[in-house]
Amino acid sequence: MIETSTLWFIIIGLGIGSFGLRFVFIGLVGDRAMPAWLLRHLRYTAVAILPALVAPQVLWPAATDGALDMPRLAAATVTLTVGVITKNVLLAIFSGAVTLYGLLYLIG
Amino acid sequence: MTITTTKSAYRQGVLAGLPFVFVIIPFATLFGVIATEAGLNVFETLAFSVVVIAGAAQLTALQLLQENAPTAIVLVSALAVNLRMAMYSASLTPYLGAAPLWQRALCAYLMVDQSYVVAMTRFESDPGMGVPQRVAYFLGAVTSCVPLWYVFSLVGALVGAQIPEALALDFAIPIAFLAMIAPMFRTVAHVVAAFVAVLVSLLATQIPYSLGLIVAGLAGMMAGAQTELWLERRGRIHD
Repeated sequence: MIETSTLWFIIIGLGIGSFGLRFVFIGLVGDRAMPAWLLRHLRYTAVAILPALVAPQVLWPAATDGALDMPRLAAATVTLTVGVITKNVLLAIFSGAVTLYGLLYLIG
Repeated sequence: MTITTTKSAYRQGVLAGLPFVFVIIPFATLFGVIATEAGLNVFETLAFSVVVIAGAAQLTALQLLQENAPTAIVLVSALAVNLRMAMYSASLTPYLGAAPLWQRALCAYLMVDQSYVVAMTRFESDPGMGVPQRVAYFLGAVTSCVPLWYVFSLVGALVGAQIPEALALDFAIPIAFLAMIAPMFRTVAHVVAAFVAVLVSLLATQIPYSLGLIVAGLAGMMAGAQTELWLERRGRIHD
């Protein structure tokens, strides 16, 4: 059981810390120019972080205790493929969801 | 296409953010359910979502709290998961840095994966956009996401453990992120950045407190930047 005082300490601490991380550049740097080398790296933030966040979850899903899972792997592949081909985020999400539920229904 | 008024920029932001409604709903519900299972009451669950608005960090904190990890470790780990927000903040700065401080503070509070990706994609492809239009577009992109994050955290807490595992809500986020990533592969450098980041993240899963994610992200960013430089140099030789 989680202690109420600990929980609130975590909620407030995490709130302040998360806002700090989000505010640090946009708030404190403002419209001062940043060096070109830094901007060149920042261009690739999203395209690096998001795949790195997802890759382990695709190969070793927590829901199956880290075992490779066919429906989830197939859903991930379909989502990415449809996304790359159509550039349509919504269509990619739907294709992935249909694949996931279809295979979970057939196999599971 | 250049946006002329802030109102139409806001409207376009709302439209661009809409697809994520289908992701936020299951993910927020999942958080509510897990929080209830961990012993949080409805008010605590809602407060957690409103104060922190960061799903992955919230789930990390809950998991460690249940394992009776020391408070400092819980805070540091959850913040490490959120370190990417500092990178998002830095990469949005050239576009939003000239806005008034209160608007930058508001954008900072509302900075989530979805609003960041939607906004960055637009800002990069439309350099002629003014700062007030960019702020309006950014706020539009979160208009549907953030309130739904609160509401469905609450719904999840209320329905509790009645949601069957067969719904596989755990996979809503991976599907959403993969769908968001796909249109970002605009140049070879972007593809290289993603590829290197994935490779490093898979090799770095043993690094504690989710810091492997940051290592992988930095590796991907460096790979992208170096590829860009290399392509520029090669382009100049051929000119």
